[in-house]
Amino acid sequence: MTHLPDTEQSDIQRATSLAPRTTWPAALSAVYTGQLARVRVARAPLLFVATLQSVGILLLLRGVVHTSDRQTAAAIVAGSSVLVVAFVALNLLAQRFGALRAARALDYYAALPIPLPAVVLGTAASYATFTLPGALVTAVVGVAVYGLPAAHLWVALPVAVCCGVALAGLGAALGLALPRAELATVAGQLGMTAVLFLGVIPPSHLPVAARVARDFVPSMLAVDALAHALRGPLDPAGLVWRLAVTLAMGVVGLAVSGRLLRRAVHE
Amino acid sequence: MITGTLDGVHAAVAVRGVDKTYRPRRGDASTTGASPVKANDGINLDVVAGEVFGLLGPNGAGKSTLVRQLVGLQRPDRGTIQVFGHDVVAEPAGAPCLLAYLAQDELAVRELSVQLAVATTARLRGLSRRGAARAAADVIDELGLAAIADRPLARLSGGQRRLACVATALVGERPLLVVDEPTTGLDPVARRGVWAAIARRRDAYGATVLLVTHNVLEAETVLDRVAVLDRGRVIACDSPGRLKAVVSEDVRLELVWRDVAPPADPVVHRLAPRALVDGRRWSIRLPQDDARDTLAALLGSPAFAALDDFTLSTPTLEDVYLALGGRNDDLERV
Repeated sequence: MTHLPDTEQSDIQRATSLAPRTTWPAALSAVYTGQLARVRVARAPLLFVATLQSVGILLLLRGVVHTSDRQTAAAIVAGSSVLVVAFVALNLLAQRFGALRAARALDYYAALPIPLPAVVLGTAASYATFTLPGALVTAVVGVAVYGLPAAHLWVALPVAVCCGVALAGLGAALGLALPRAELATVAGQLGMTAVLFLGVIPPSHLPVAARVARDFVPSMLAVDALAHALRGPLDPAGLVWRLAVTLAMGVVGLAVSGRLLRRAVHE
Repeated sequence: MITGTLDGVHAAVAVRGVDKTYRPRRGDASTTGASPVKANDGINLDVVAGEVFGLLGPNGAGKSTLVRQLVGLQRPDRGTIQVFGHDVVAEPAGAPCLLAYLAQDELAVRELSVQLAVATTARLRGLSRRGAARAAADVIDELGLAAIADRPLARLSGGQRRLACVATALVGERPLLVVDEPTTGLDPVARRGVWAAIARRRDAYGATVLLVTHNVLEAETVLDRVAVLDRGRVIACDSPGRLKAVVSEDVRLELVWRDVAPPADPVVHRLAPRALVDGRRWSIRLPQDDARDTLAALLGSPAFAALDDFTLSTPTLEDVYLALGGRNDDLERV
């Protein structure tokens, strides 16, 4: 076996220096823009389905809930709005990362000079952005159908954003942590079902075990924030607190996903 | 032990004693009960700066594993890999700053348009938004993809999709291009276009190219040097011409039978043990005199009526591979 002399190695090193790594903002922006374009083309029909599903649930439950029961009506509207976010940010993102991992397609990103968590963040942000119109349409329809006051309807926007971050973090983590793409798909769908039931049904109507489970779903505080805003006077401190906690859970989820992405590439 | 190392040259890539074994993962049903697989077994290689170097071998020879380690995606169990003097085993994050890698799967960009896939990759390689758009347009023109630049990769044919992926690897100048089977599924025109694009980068800024292939024709046509891998080991490493000199006294006789070879025929009976059989096709490597006599005997025997076609050709790298003890026979010849 032969080795190059040390002097020649250092010559080569001088001749070929490392190109700079792509910065966080540039990588994030490129991933976000690319994924948003991709999601717009490939997932638009699914957003339509997600919105239709949530509006369908609103209309279905309108048949059994009286508009005078504001607590239940607000919970249904808030839960249905967040369900659109869960459909895309949790379910589809878990599927997406599960599929990328199974096909070893994450190599594409790992062979580029970028911070890998920017891939998770950029993809999650694009999916979350994509859910906003559906979540807002559902909230508007819900307020109209259940006769709720529209004064604080704007709260649906920050709620959808925070839920998008929280559920995208969870969805990405599921897709990257589970050993098979099929399991990631099942987990994403079960997660979406949990968001549906635990979000739409008011906590007071849930059994104790479900109330405990509810505390572990990262979007539930944001659902509560929207429900509170829709049924009565706004509690700014409560709103900020609930959204901040939701956002923090999302940040933790995304950070964990970034580490899982690194592990998935190198395994 | 065969090595691909060189003395006194500027090595763009230096691989020393690389071992990699895949062990069954606990809890993974798909690998339960499986034996460990040694994908790379003591690999030593030097790739000279500015050359087009090939890794040739059948599926499962360990080519892609070696490449994934070289581009920092996997760690070897043992050994060192240096790219332009940088240790990519100790610091795998440095590899993407030195090289562009074309992987085998394109799922990450499959739903992007060709233009967006190439421009996004350029931006992720550090180009500005405007620079990335310009570089993407240049590569797209160079590879003849302009007519389909706005179409998502998912809606392209397999060959067009592969070509678009090659464009993502070529965009943004990198001193080392690592391309894993870049021409799989491409028609001959597109294949020549890829080879020409690679050659232009070598001429323009001295790019070094590491090309993984199991296509013998590609290896003979475009490579300066080639390492032949079999079951994780380098069994030969030299220029295609010098490697073929190993078997230059031989020729390859290809026989295509109409149905099945007549086993009772004495010529067929003599050839059968030496033939590589692929359906109706027999391939036999013979010394030149022996081949001449065998062909004359075949033409005069009743077995000739059962022949659909026959060819006599000079040896290829596949013959080298087999002569050196390679046991798989799924190298591609077209």
